[in-house]
Amino acid sequence: MNQSSLSVESAVGSRSRFAGFRLLVPGLLWTIVFCLLPMIVVLAVSFATRGTYGGVVWEFSLDNYRDLLHPLYGRIFVQSLLMAGMTTGLCLALGFPLAYYIARLPPRRQALWLVLIMIPFWTNFLVRTYAWIFILRTEGLLNTVLMQLHMISTPLDLLYSNQAVLLGLVYGYLPFMVLPLYAAIERIDPALIEAAWDLYADRWSLFRRVLIPLTKPGIIAGCVLVFIPSLGSFLTPDLLGGARSMMVGNLIQHEYLVARDWPLGSALSILLMLIVMGSLLGYFNAQSRQAGERGER
Amino acid sequence: MRKQGLWLQGISGLGMAFLYLPIIVLVLFSFNASRLSAMWQGFSWHWYGVLWHDEALLAAAANSLWVAVLSTSLVVLLGVPAAMGLERLRGRGKQALDTIMLLPLVLPEVMMGVALLLFFVMIQWPLSLATVVIGHAAFNLPVVIVMVRARLQKLDPRLEEAASDLGASAWQTFYRVTWPLVRPAVLGAALLAFTISLDDFIVTFFVAGPGATTLPLKVYSMIKSGLSPEINALSSVLVLASMGLVGLSLVHQRR
Repeated sequence: MNQSSLSVESAVGSRSRFAGFRLLVPGLLWTIVFCLLPMIVVLAVSFATRGTYGGVVWEFSLDNYRDLLHPLYGRIFVQSLLMAGMTTGLCLALGFPLAYYIARLPPRRQALWLVLIMIPFWTNFLVRTYAWIFILRTEGLLNTVLMQLHMISTPLDLLYSNQAVLLGLVYGYLPFMVLPLYAAIERIDPALIEAAWDLYADRWSLFRRVLIPLTKPGIIAGCVLVFIPSLGSFLTPDLLGGARSMMVGNLIQHEYLVARDWPLGSALSILLMLIVMGSLLGYFNAQSRQAGERGER
Repeated sequence: MRKQGLWLQGISGLGMAFLYLPIIVLVLFSFNASRLSAMWQGFSWHWYGVLWHDEALLAAAANSLWVAVLSTSLVVLLGVPAAMGLERLRGRGKQALDTIMLLPLVLPEVMMGVALLLFFVMIQWPLSLATVVIGHAAFNLPVVIVMVRARLQKLDPRLEEAASDLGASAWQTFYRVTWPLVRPAVLGAALLAFTISLDDFIVTFFVAGPGATTLPLKVYSMIKSGLSPEINALSSVLVLASMGLVGLSLVHQRR
């Protein structure tokens, strides 16, 4: 390539770069005004003081963050992390075999099963949570059926418990696990699995020594996609949980709309966001390390 | 290929049953004549009739549709140029702009809700249906950007270059070359944003003003204020609607 054509190219390049920025401006402004700015407000309010009748008094204080150390809030945070962790584990345990099964089906049936996984994912979350209320409540379907069959004489207390919340979370976020896992498993060369069988691998060592290493990015992606929304979930614990199943999302909502302590609610939101950002950062690091390893070989 | 093991089939079957049984019983029992119990008392369309005459519910549904239409139009108008802009951007600052634009995608929904609520209160913008539209447009913008960009990345850059070499203006290049190529992705993204907007509860819950009730807010208050088979009927309609939207997007992708 000679000198003149290079300079023409770079002139075109810089013109389109400028045009690129101009196209971006409206969307960028929108995001700055209605996402970045509100978050900065939350950050600022988290360092302010609560007014006597709610509202915000602009007096700098770290009290809200010190209040976070209160054992009650600590318990709710720990419980939320545990809930989100268990949800992720259960989704992985159920999602992996399901994704593996789908990935090994003939292509036409694969498409059908994937659509079947997608439909609940597109269905209103409230409706899906309500379905479990309908099934689990005292006069609900499960108790009615069990009583009709004379398997129990008094209805079981199933709803408004931590178990019900866990069930609702797994139910709600299972598709988020299956889809990335499927994408990862589908890419594995079937010959590798055949080779493992031929070399007398049992099912467990096939899983541990072939499938897990090959699908690691998919596993991590699925776990992040399930962990983040379950950690910040509000509806599931609100509708299926009892008095002791409060999670961070409910606590934040309570501080904002019921207790009207906005500074404390803001400090809670900032902490939640930091945890989420932390796990995302861990995820991206793991991804790029994976990519780096692959590049070296 | 080795035949799949029985236990694998079993667990996958169970997984599917787990996903679908609750929805199926929900729909089934929307035709139950009984008012109170989960006992089957005969087939009836009664609860659908109740739905159809529930004025407050219909008003909420209309609100939801308005919000979805307005916020989707807004994110398409902002998102398609933004996706093209991000795609053309090179060099320093690109990473930062990328991060800012995709921020709403990774924020916990509750955080987004309280942040917008606080912001609207601070600038003394009264909460209404308009604030709901803004909220939805805020979290749906990155959805459109991601989907449209995925399509733009697959385009052959030589097509646009050829158009400008042949003397097309920037607008002509867009209208006659780029747009026909990205249109399926834009429609798919719009459909997804529309569905997300229709379904959103949390952000709406925080930023909806008095009287600005959307369908999910109405469903929530119905669930909270005592259960009635009317909710089953309403849920069934919503399930059917989302299946219709999935079907539409699939048929669309085929083409």
